[in-house]
Amino acid sequence: MKKFDKERVLLAVAGPVIALAVAFALTSIVLIASGKNPVEPYTLMFQQATYSDIQVLIINQASMYYIAALAVAIGFRMNLFNIGVDGQYQLAAMVAAVVGAHVALPAALQLPLLILTALLTGAFWSGIAGVLKVTRGVSEVVATIMLNSIATAVIGYLWLPTVFGVKVGNNNTTGEMHESGWLPGIDMGAAGEVYGFVIIAVLLGIGYWVVLNRTRFGFDLRASGASESAAAASGVNPKRMVLTAMLLSGAISGLAGLPILLGDTHTYSLNFPTGIGFLGIGIALLGRNSPTGIAFAALLWAWLDKASPELDFHGYDKEIAVIMQGLIVLAVVVSYEAVREWGLRRQQRRVGAELAAGHVLGASASPSANKTEKQEVAGR
Amino acid sequence: MRRVSRLTVAGAATASLALALSACGGTSTESSSSSESKGDKGLAIAYDVGGKGDQSFNDAAYAGLEQAKKEFKYETADVEPTDGETDADKTQRLVSLAKQGYNPIIGVGYAYAPAVKAAAEKYPDTTFGIVDDSTVEADNVADLVFAEQEASYLAGVAAAKSTETNTVGFVGGVDNPLIHKFQAGFEQGVKDTDSKVKVISQYLTQTAEEGGFSSPDKGKAAAEGQIEKKADVIYAAAGLSGQGVIEAASANKVWAIGVDSDQYRQKALAAYKDSILTSATKDVAKAVYTLAKAVEDGKPEGGIVRGDLKSGEVGLADSNPKFKDDAELQKAIETAKEKIISGEIKVKSS
Repeated sequence: MKKFDKERVLLAVAGPVIALAVAFALTSIVLIASGKNPVEPYTLMFQQATYSDIQVLIINQASMYYIAALAVAIGFRMNLFNIGVDGQYQLAAMVAAVVGAHVALPAALQLPLLILTALLTGAFWSGIAGVLKVTRGVSEVVATIMLNSIATAVIGYLWLPTVFGVKVGNNNTTGEMHESGWLPGIDMGAAGEVYGFVIIAVLLGIGYWVVLNRTRFGFDLRASGASESAAAASGVNPKRMVLTAMLLSGAISGLAGLPILLGDTHTYSLNFPTGIGFLGIGIALLGRNSPTGIAFAALLWAWLDKASPELDFHGYDKEIAVIMQGLIVLAVVVSYEAVREWGLRRQQRRVGAELAAGHVLGASASPSANKTEKQEVAGR
Repeated sequence: MRRVSRLTVAGAATASLALALSACGGTSTESSSSSESKGDKGLAIAYDVGGKGDQSFNDAAYAGLEQAKKEFKYETADVEPTDGETDADKTQRLVSLAKQGYNPIIGVGYAYAPAVKAAAEKYPDTTFGIVDDSTVEADNVADLVFAEQEASYLAGVAAAKSTETNTVGFVGGVDNPLIHKFQAGFEQGVKDTDSKVKVISQYLTQTAEEGGFSSPDKGKAAAEGQIEKKADVIYAAAGLSGQGVIEAASANKVWAIGVDSDQYRQKALAAYKDSILTSATKDVAKAVYTLAKAVEDGKPEGGIVRGDLKSGEVGLADSNPKFKDDAELQKAIETAKEKIISGEIKVKSS
């Protein structure tokens, strides 16, 4: 049993580690090609990560990336590609901001109300794509991309002064939210404030793991992802699974904008960060859809984002970080596939060796259990 | 077994994170402020979306920076934004500049308003400036705003006088309140001059992130669409995207009206300059330089600094000889200008 664990960890870790090493190496080549020191940017960026105020920024940013990536991962586990996380979280944050500005309940009710609003808005928006898929067979990829554009237009409409918009100077906002809806952060003194929503993000990660690995629904979802026909044969209603997964994915995306909305800006303005949904796709990929993996990936991404601006002051371009992010995603796709095949080959060799040694497969409980688990690893 | 190992991983990750947080007490501002030399550093600007090289708004700020650098012979800095950044990132950028001793520090674009406010509180001895926003109220913050609608009104007069098809176009970069000022002024100028002239108005994108200020291809497509609908003078208030509008106008032999900088004189647009009737200028360069000078002279002023037709910080460029030598056109523009300055014409801003 112990031996098996090593194998499993090796396979899980090899992919991202190889990808990161390749990305770092390629970025260094880019730096050398442009006649710059290939090491100093990294030392500068690592140094940034030791400052407490940068750490606060990294954690805050990572919380949003984490939630968005979880939303994407739910779809991935079921072979659904929810590209619409971007539109879902923006629209949800917008609606939550509007509700927060117009409803004033005590904090104990206001915060759950805002979170529920965001959940429902996100679920509603992705649900449209879900319904289209199960009733008309529209690809969720196409539908969610279109819904992103529509979400932008809807936000533009809600921003009109005659609807819910409040103009502040040259900026469009939704007006300041009532203070009862502000989620207090964790005060770090001079370093700033860690968003209170970070804790909810961690809870979401735990919830994600429990639901997927310890409930019947999670099993059905993973089974549908692995083989829809097999899942259907075992009594899973595929259409219902698609719709539920889409709704769940959308509901989680709805929360992705809340850390900054409830913890910092308290209004949805033109300055609200966009594009987190798309970054979430890369982060979910890098984190292999596992809650811990995604956490590391989100922190890595946030670190690249927050440590890179310093490069501008030392004669380097901060776009180095963007190049790295791109290379990581590319390298991840290649290295995961390579590691998967390598793992399969190792497994086949072992089975062959065991057969040659005269063991009968399934004779004892433990080898057969190992085998199925290994296949699960390889199948990811 | 499996569960335990996973939980251990999660626990270890959380613990290491907490450890990292508590172990590293110093902030980036504290730890390096002592080693940095201060005093020899001057003006710093932080760009808005589009960044340096947009031949328009941001480049105008850069021109002001260059002038100040030459004149005061000090070190300057200009920093570009990243896509999809938050207010916290912008604050970090400004604080970082302040910490290194730059003074004054100007955020180019209203998106910097919350960041300038936060940074100005942390560094009360540094002068901050913000372009296109009047909501930040602090003693050490100068709000540099412009009456874009007044210059746009004059552009409307020029367009209405120059059109032969009685159709003119307006291309806005992003559908936001700032660009609405350009549209409102332009449309009013056209209507007041000749009520028969039709204005086709169009925005490239809803948000800046979709590239409304930074996509010449979008500008080109929009302009081509308007030209097909018979527009023969097109006013572009779209930052870098405006280049595409000017390109399309040049290819179809119609007039384009530039924005912010005097685009007739720009090297990147030299091939199309004969199609640039005029530009509705917004002298961000002068405003940036003036603030730098005030700081250099030791008497910076906070509060709202408004540039309008009267102060000459907005206006129409007359570099194109065909525009300048058209006496009737010039007279109409001069009359309108006087009326706006005297208050006889009230230009709407939305």
